[in-house]
Amino acid sequence: MTVSRARSLLQGMRDSIPMIVGILPFGLIYGALASLAGLTLWQALGMSLLVYAGSAQFIAISLLGLGSGMAVILLTTFVVNLRHVLYSAALQPYVGGLSQRWRLPLAFGLTDETFAVVQRRYLSRGMADHAQWYHAGVAVALYLSWVGSSLVGALFGQQVPNLAGWGLDFAMLATFIGIVVPALRNQPQIAAALVAAAVALLCHAWPYKLGLMAAALSGIVIGVALERRESPAAVEEGGR
Amino acid sequence: MSIWLLILGMALITFVIRYSLFAFPDLRFPALVRQGLHYVPTAVLTAIVVPGMLLPDGQHWHLALDNAYLLAGLACIAIAALTRHLLATIGGGLLVFFLLRGLFGQLPL
Repeated sequence: MTVSRARSLLQGMRDSIPMIVGILPFGLIYGALASLAGLTLWQALGMSLLVYAGSAQFIAISLLGLGSGMAVILLTTFVVNLRHVLYSAALQPYVGGLSQRWRLPLAFGLTDETFAVVQRRYLSRGMADHAQWYHAGVAVALYLSWVGSSLVGALFGQQVPNLAGWGLDFAMLATFIGIVVPALRNQPQIAAALVAAAVALLCHAWPYKLGLMAAALSGIVIGVALERRESPAAVEEGGR
Repeated sequence: MSIWLLILGMALITFVIRYSLFAFPDLRFPALVRQGLHYVPTAVLTAIVVPGMLLPDGQHWHLALDNAYLLAGLACIAIAALTRHLLATIGGGLLVFFLLRGLFGQLPL
């Protein structure tokens, strides 16, 4: 059975809906904070359009408010976004086969949320059924949600009280749980999750998402170590 | 400082990081790295979720029975383990979450 490109694109957009629920309030709050920090409408929107990295944008806004210099903010952006190297590496076996024309925009849209949704699809079905169009659907839907909500936030955000009070960010947690739990099928995966959770909690106070990075790396190391101990023979094949 | 210069710098840095390994389509990772990549989703997403449940504001522990993030998160885990169905997990989890928030009077109504 073949699936059309348009259908894959739409499916990607549809699978992004829970993420969009989680992104919208963040975008609204970002827009509101950006304009409070003195950015013009175009600057607030431009940052979402061009940088497209929620955590880094929030931190940049607060650093601007503290009067930090450009070098500090750029360095912070680098450190906060380092985790995306992991996503880039994890998706490279799939995206690597695509033309430059695809790889450039897909890299631009590689956020936490995009990664979470598309890796699930690549894992279950590889490149079948126009996977790149599915990926594009996710990326476009999430990008437009971020940019659109940033714009609305910059325009009206200060008039909507208690935006954060609804807890819509839980939609993102629920989605991530729904992705992770079914993947915990063997001991190494379970151990990776437990160790990542423990390190994330221990290091939650580290700045610039470095705790997240440490947690992710610890989980990965434990997973690989256990996998190698369990089946040293299978390691040499190394196939996916 | 020029805000636009800052925005362009941030954009460039972010893009380069995200494109880093897409830039080498012919690169084949060593077996060890390939194995490690299988654990990226589990490790990263868990490292986001668990603090999100226990420290909902990102800073303060909230180990209490009126922590809707924690209770609904546990409900999500149970639903996901039983059904292995993503939409059931999200739908069920959100339902539990907002019911609890309403029950605890935590909604800004």
